[in-house]
Amino acid sequence: MCRRPASDTLLVWVLRGCAAAACATLVLIGAFLVYETLPVLRHEGLGVFFRSDGWVPSEHLYGLMPMLVGTLLVMAGAVLVATPLGLLSAVFCHFYAPRRLVTPYRRLIELLAGIPSVVYGFWGLMVLVPAINNIRPPGASLLAGIVVLTIMILPTIALMADASFAAVPRASIAAAYALGLDKVGLLRAAVFPAAKSGLFTGLILETGRATGETMAVIMVCGNIVQMPKSLFDPVRTLTANIALEMSFAMNDHRSALFASGLLLIILIIALVAVAEWISREPVHA
Amino acid sequence: MPKRDVRWLSGLLGVLVWGAAIVITGVFIALVGDLAWHGMPRLSWAFMTTAPSNAGRDGGIGPILVSTLLILLVCLAACVPIGLGTAVFLAEFSPAASVFGRLIRRSLDVLAGVPSIVFGLFGNAFFCQTLGLGFSIASGGLTLACMVLPILIRSTEEGFRAVPNDYRLSSAALGFTRGATLRHLLLPAAVPGLIVGTVLGIGRAVAETAALIFTSGYADRMPESLLDSGRALSLHIFDLSMNVAGGDANAYGASLTLVLLLLAINGAAAWMAERWLHRRIMIT
Repeated sequence: MCRRPASDTLLVWVLRGCAAAACATLVLIGAFLVYETLPVLRHEGLGVFFRSDGWVPSEHLYGLMPMLVGTLLVMAGAVLVATPLGLLSAVFCHFYAPRRLVTPYRRLIELLAGIPSVVYGFWGLMVLVPAINNIRPPGASLLAGIVVLTIMILPTIALMADASFAAVPRASIAAAYALGLDKVGLLRAAVFPAAKSGLFTGLILETGRATGETMAVIMVCGNIVQMPKSLFDPVRTLTANIALEMSFAMNDHRSALFASGLLLIILIIALVAVAEWISREPVHA
Repeated sequence: MPKRDVRWLSGLLGVLVWGAAIVITGVFIALVGDLAWHGMPRLSWAFMTTAPSNAGRDGGIGPILVSTLLILLVCLAACVPIGLGTAVFLAEFSPAASVFGRLIRRSLDVLAGVPSIVFGLFGNAFFCQTLGLGFSIASGGLTLACMVLPILIRSTEEGFRAVPNDYRLSSAALGFTRGATLRHLLLPAAVPGLIVGTVLGIGRAVAETAALIFTSGYADRMPESLLDSGRALSLHIFDLSMNVAGGDANAYGASLTLVLLLLAINGAAAWMAERWLHRRIMIT
């Protein structure tokens, strides 16, 4: 290979610098979270997060468990409801909707995808919470969080499923029809097997969004630190806890909030790792 | 399986599919209808330009729109150069199998999955405290820049990959340096990808709230410099509805403004992607 002109060498190094800066963002985020978490670990030890005597920062009690449970319950509820709804919605687009309805229906889902989480939260607060309050007070509850989050992550799975159904080879669909299969058989034999990896990615994406969401949840969940006993009990999630207390937290309290941020990232990385282990290929979260 | 069973299943599936589509459409109408019904009466030129008064119960959102715009400009000024450089590097200068290239791609994937509130924590510790920018528009914009980077890079990289390989081969055969090839051939051809990525990034940044609560701050007066605290539109909605009793009417007005703004931004991105890149994009 011939020698490179000096200008090209410079260019390559500038571009490498940009790429390294992009990469450094992640390293910096990790480093700062760990660094800011250290004080509370040094003073109280790791066990303080797992004790069951509650979250009372003024008394050096930093039990994160109720909030971790809150996060997991809201996430699991939303994913359990949104996934079947999203799949059905994509099936509607491809195999049931009259031709004239397909494009307007897709636009509608895309519009839902573009609504910001704070607006979902606001709508939940104004409409949903009073409605649930009529059934059983206080209204701001685990249930409200699940419903709002379901509506919020629904477009993610619906659009992913839609895209992966569109990528199923026309020939396998035609072959299934030729074999005389009805729509149930068609979906089971031809569509779902071919679209499996796209659906799986959609599932991971929506789970990640549901775990990390702050605004929609903080506005409708009631934010009381407790283990919920029913769907109508208020809960506080890890994300809500950070957003609510960060503005006045000092010293160990602040450090404990960074610890919950670290816990969130670990949850999401674990999720992606499990997903990759199951599917044995890289998953783009 | 007996024939009658199959027919029964097929009927059930039909009911479920139509049911889901109707429920989703219903929720959409309820949500958008509620916003439009309560928000429309608030929307006016005066609402867009006057300052909020009485903690936001009265007045408009003028300074808040200005702060939002400034946060956005800081965000773009920081992330477009770095994003473009990284995308060029990934698409043109790193073989798919190289360790450095794979490492960067991997970290961008992880970065895209980091929850926004964690970006807020990081921004508070790094930009506000370590770099001493305090609660300011600069801190908020830089925090958002970190968040938007993965979307911007992915879309720009696709723009470069869409350029036919013949361009690179012919320009190499003519003895162009790679810098000249990049400037005169690849960049102009890849501009659509960059623009689509930037508009998508703007949409993400405008919708963001959690990353801004403790980086750009709450001050609702007109910002005088980038080091002033400034309240973004999304944060204004949050504050009015959660912390201000009687702020609901103006919160509806601000919500409708935000939704319309995002509709325009995302619509523009989708339209440009379809026209220039000949592919559909997903706004999730």
